[in-house]
Amino acid sequence: MKIFQRSFKFLALVVLVFLSTTIYANTSTEDGGQVDTREEVDAYIAHHLQDSHDFSFFSYTNDEGERKHAGFPLPVILWSSEGLVTFMSSEFHHNDDGHVIVEKNGLKFAKIHSKIYELEAGATAVNFDAEHHATNASRVLDFSITKSVVGILVIGLLMFFWFSRLAKQYKNKKIPTGFGRVLEPLVIYVRDEIAKPNIGDKHYRKFTGYLLTVFFFIWLLNMVGLTPLGFNVTGQIAVTACLAIFTLIIYAFSGNKDFWVHILWMPGVPYLIRPILAVIELVGTFVIKPFSLLVRLFANITAGHTVIMALIAIMFVMKDSLGVAGATGLSFVLSVLIMFIEVLVAFLQAYIFTMLSALFIGMAVAEHDHDHEHDAHGHKIPDAQDVRGDFI
Amino acid sequence: MYNLIGAGIIVIGAGFGLGQIGGKAMEGIARQPEAAGKIQTAMIIVAALLEGLAFGALILGK
Repeated sequence: MKIFQRSFKFLALVVLVFLSTTIYANTSTEDGGQVDTREEVDAYIAHHLQDSHDFSFFSYTNDEGERKHAGFPLPVILWSSEGLVTFMSSEFHHNDDGHVIVEKNGLKFAKIHSKIYELEAGATAVNFDAEHHATNASRVLDFSITKSVVGILVIGLLMFFWFSRLAKQYKNKKIPTGFGRVLEPLVIYVRDEIAKPNIGDKHYRKFTGYLLTVFFFIWLLNMVGLTPLGFNVTGQIAVTACLAIFTLIIYAFSGNKDFWVHILWMPGVPYLIRPILAVIELVGTFVIKPFSLLVRLFANITAGHTVIMALIAIMFVMKDSLGVAGATGLSFVLSVLIMFIEVLVAFLQAYIFTMLSALFIGMAVAEHDHDHEHDAHGHKIPDAQDVRGDFI
Repeated sequence: MYNLIGAGIIVIGAGFGLGQIGGKAMEGIARQPEAAGKIQTAMIIVAALLEGLAFGALILGK
């Protein structure tokens, strides 16, 4: 009975999503909807990797030769020269080259390559120069609920729901039920295998919350990115940069005296070398560590999505040499195989991001005073942990 | 053209490095199977650092 109720709820949700799916036409017909050439495949992959202002599941050409897109629009929120402007992205009619002008509050807006431009006063159409830059339109501050924002909000709400439920179940001194049984071993894994060994028994509790949040956020968004919904949230450099900056802020502000001494005035090395080391350590702490975190996640997810899309595109590119069935079969087999690897990568990247965050935080809060030996001049002799810290 | 050659060299270097890391970790685990967990963790961290370097080079060289 309970299972019946659950599946009913799920079905209701699916029906709700598809009822709000609207089919709208594209006014420009130069795009025939066929992906044949290499350039079109490249454009198609690049389009998928980008964030977009609407949700589009599929598109097709109807009998009248009109391009139809199935999906649903998302709200566009702009801070223009006249203040706040909001409208639905369906008003652009899926146009992406600046030909559809939306007029709101006496201002005109056009969408060019997923970026929204505000036209100058008096202009009726966007003019382009030789390099295809708009000459009479400028970018506006865009606070739209884009596809990536929807992904972040949905995963955030789901995580809030799942984990508050899990926490409530522990308060009642019961073992977790339902989805909590899947989450519990992962939570314990992050605590015992990532937080404890890297941060140390004394401080790990304070940072476990952040590490768990980051781990599940990245892992779930990576997994959602592998579904046909077309999310590519962790492949947006802004998202990964933001996560890396969170880690930077946490380890910079929780760093103790030893941490800063080891950065600015490294003990145990000749005095002449200390300023040089300070420069290297400062660059390493504030630039290289966060940069390596953000580039690793971004590049891995982008590379994975590119490979999957390229394998799907085999269908279109090789249909002349292999036949439609052969090309589709080849594409299907390769896509399924790479998908298994991508599921592994989705977990591995979440693990590595969390692991390195824990390592950096652990280096910032490590207490050296008890296990340090001092030489005759009172200088600290670096131990194995310091040496490890210098290499990362 | 040159960036493609550069990308190829990066991939050769990264592949060589990953092979070294994986091979040495295997040897270590075979010698001391009880330390497999620790060796695996260290292996993944070093592999991640190497991968970050390789991806950084690929993106900058693109």
